[in-house]
Amino acid sequence: MQEVTIGIAGAAGDGLDKSGDTLAKSCGRLGLHVYAYNCYQSIIRGGHIWLKVRIGEDKVYSHGDKLDALIALNQDSLERHASEVGEGGVIVFNSDKFKLDPSLVRKGVQTLPLPMSQVTAEVVKQHGPLQAIMQNTVAVGAVLKLANLGIEEAHGLMQETFGHKGQKVVDLNISLLKAGFEYAEQNAKAFTKEWKFSKIRRPFLTGNEALAIGAAAAGCKFYSAYPMTPASTILHWMANHVEETGICVKQGEDELAVMNMTVGAGIAGARSMCATAGGGFALMTEALGMAGIMEVPMVCVEVQRGGPSTGLPTKTEQADLFQVFGASQGEFPRLIVAPRDTADCYNTAVDAFNWADRFQMPVVIMSDLLLSEHPETVDAAVFTAPVTIDRGEIVTEWSESQGKYKRFRFTESGVSPRALPGTKNTTYVSASDEHDEESILISDMFTAAPIRRVGMQKRMRKLDNLLKELPAPKLEGPANADVTLVCWGSTYGVVREAVELLNAQGIKTNYIVGKYLYPFHTKEFTEILNKCKKKISVEVNFTSQFAQFLRSYTGIGMDAHINKYDGEPLEPLHIVEEVKEIIASKKKNLDVSEAEAKEIAYHYLRTHYQEKLRPVKLVREAANGHGEPVWNIEFAERVSGTKGATMKVGAVTGSTFSFEKND
Amino acid sequence: MATVIELPVETYKGPVDPDWCPGCGDFGVLKAVQTAAGRLGIEPHNLMIVSGIGCSSNLPGFIHSYGTHSLHGRAVPVATGIHLANTDLKVVITGGDGDGYGIGVGHLIHAMRRNLDITYLVMDNQIYGLTTGQASPTTSKGQKTKSTPAGNMESPLNPLAMAITAGATYVARGFSGEPAQLAELIKNGIAHKGFSLIDIFSPCVTYNKVNTYPWFKERVYKLEDENWDPSDFHKSMTRAFEWGDKIPLGLLYKTEQPTYEDTEPAFKNGALVKQPLGLSKEVVNKIVEEMI
Repeated sequence: MQEVTIGIAGAAGDGLDKSGDTLAKSCGRLGLHVYAYNCYQSIIRGGHIWLKVRIGEDKVYSHGDKLDALIALNQDSLERHASEVGEGGVIVFNSDKFKLDPSLVRKGVQTLPLPMSQVTAEVVKQHGPLQAIMQNTVAVGAVLKLANLGIEEAHGLMQETFGHKGQKVVDLNISLLKAGFEYAEQNAKAFTKEWKFSKIRRPFLTGNEALAIGAAAAGCKFYSAYPMTPASTILHWMANHVEETGICVKQGEDELAVMNMTVGAGIAGARSMCATAGGGFALMTEALGMAGIMEVPMVCVEVQRGGPSTGLPTKTEQADLFQVFGASQGEFPRLIVAPRDTADCYNTAVDAFNWADRFQMPVVIMSDLLLSEHPETVDAAVFTAPVTIDRGEIVTEWSESQGKYKRFRFTESGVSPRALPGTKNTTYVSASDEHDEESILISDMFTAAPIRRVGMQKRMRKLDNLLKELPAPKLEGPANADVTLVCWGSTYGVVREAVELLNAQGIKTNYIVGKYLYPFHTKEFTEILNKCKKKISVEVNFTSQFAQFLRSYTGIGMDAHINKYDGEPLEPLHIVEEVKEIIASKKKNLDVSEAEAKEIAYHYLRTHYQEKLRPVKLVREAANGHGEPVWNIEFAERVSGTKGATMKVGAVTGSTFSFEKND
Repeated sequence: MATVIELPVETYKGPVDPDWCPGCGDFGVLKAVQTAAGRLGIEPHNLMIVSGIGCSSNLPGFIHSYGTHSLHGRAVPVATGIHLANTDLKVVITGGDGDGYGIGVGHLIHAMRRNLDITYLVMDNQIYGLTTGQASPTTSKGQKTKSTPAGNMESPLNPLAMAITAGATYVARGFSGEPAQLAELIKNGIAHKGFSLIDIFSPCVTYNKVNTYPWFKERVYKLEDENWDPSDFHKSMTRAFEWGDKIPLGLLYKTEQPTYEDTEPAFKNGALVKQPLGLSKEVVNKIVEEMI
């Protein structure tokens, strides 16, 4: 089955996302599967944005390992990524403005320099002078041709995207696409074979959008958030769809307000939700406990990102497991669930609201930047509607002859039938203090140890009953494998692909994905793990949090760990290579690799305004006065090619020891 | 206009008696709230009292109505969530000066600028009572408290001036030693369409030996006795700073402005909790189609 990855690189503000959308949605409409990942920075203009769009005849579960085509929108992007394009691929760029050093082009890679003024001469005659950003559309047109994707779908997209700006703008964009398309036809060869287009149209959306749509379908009526990357797009979706959903969308003044408002809305009986990132959740923890003791249904989405503290706002990580698990003082029931892919985000949101209502507890959905922000094509059939809405035991009527209504009645199931405020004859107080069945506080004048004991048991019983309903984990892939990869949440996709590669290479591998984190399927996980041979956790964090979590519940530890914590998502081959090294009992090498040393060199250039230089030669030298081996890096002037500077970077610590210019 | 069927104050007698110290100002506030609710004919099941944490925040447990006894400083956002989810409920926030003007002051400012149709009764005793006597945001400068034995070095916050500036549209001050006035202020505050803030002197007989009943009685006077016109922003701001020998009680500022609820599209068919849930197949298909 054919699959290729097209990369678009430029600066923030260069319009990459629109170009990426044109490309991706064209493919989605043709019936191809798309998985895109945008590597960006916490900056509004400038910097570096790197969007990879992976396209396949069959479903693709990660952004993959390779690069088949590059559209570079500035000089920096050309230099960073040209050498990543593999044999058979193509590099496209505006040759009026940028120069491609041939030494960066691998063997068997085509280049398609686009002399933009020449390519767009006719368009300029028709429409007048062009804005710089329009080079993108020309490049996209060229790649559509060379990737055998055709141009019809893109035409349709231009009509839809720019229709509101008037037909002239639509025609301009279509002309730009065509110009690139035709120039590519004349000047380069296709880098793909012909595709089998199924023509099954699929929506192209992110995990955040899927969560939002799922919440709306589930009857969410109150949504609150404070803007924070990478959760803000849920807020944007909600705010843009109030007409069709009837949701009251409230931006709060901070995360404290957001969480407390969401719990308040839940107290009043609205299905309510909020979303934030790790740092925002840190402010929400107190109110989570309040929802727990008051037994209020609500849903909170924690989208993990690079930490700690402000960390890496635009990078992915899954290191908040203990924050969420340990959130809020004391012990109270809550559901913690980590959906594993975009389709799962929709279903998890729908299920979350039903569990929240039926078991009267807060539900935390753990996502991460990768899942929340990468767009992919999802089968339209995933979005079933209308969905089952089960509000659990709600008391709508109560007569005085029934005696006093007890909001927190100690029932066998632990769930106390709930009257919503406004119902006659059922007044009660939702208290954050410990309380009895009638919600009279037992923290001040009425202390009562036995009531506390049975009350705690009552609340916690709900977890046992909830667990019975949560689908148990299962091993996926061949049974009786030699290696089992253990992961949780969004790491599912890349692990699935790595497992396929490993099995193809003769290493029998299966995998298990943690989704329901609390309450936890201790029994089932223990049974499964006991039957596994070599267990390797795969996590995007430093301390292998899920592995620790598993051991604390099951007593079973992993045989090895694979960790990625540089802010970038895992790639299948990286996992495959690490598994092979683990099997070969190779000690993990944490030294700075050559590629990393080069990137450290670029970092120095950018931060010290030395952009006239480029790293050209990296040699690893033995210890030479710095107490560790060093990478000796030679720079050349970008234009003249003469030697410009020398830099030494520690190969173990990664410390920059020296940078000396040659005058 | 619909006839209001007043309810007797006994209607709101709570399940347990208050556990405040004998002589606490909060007793008077509780009675005033019950009186005001009765005069407005608010049925107990349509009344929601929301509090934070503190002595005065125990009030929801002592009144027959729905109640939410939430977290320290968070009564305002919790009340906001409850109110937005069900605009048919009458939401009244009750709490202290520490809760409302200290940890909760950020939320208060935003609620006021939103002009939500909520009433906030702050039982201001210028001390932290439940935690046994530390300085609060309204404690006078120089006052000796458990956390400021050498005298409080901070200037007190001016809640009325802050409320007027922030956008509250009904700003008043009451005193539990003037119960008749207080009941009327609360009644009119609840009836007012918009955010009502009533700062109520509610002396702490155990921990604040300075701002006592006699201390207030020597100083307070009623604005209505001088035919005060509460509609002038600048006059009200100036009067809000009157403190010392003379301290004004009564309705300081009132204006009619659009409320947040007036413009919220989700409320166009009525209270949020009464709306049908979920999306039809057609609506979801349309949403999905948008993303193709």
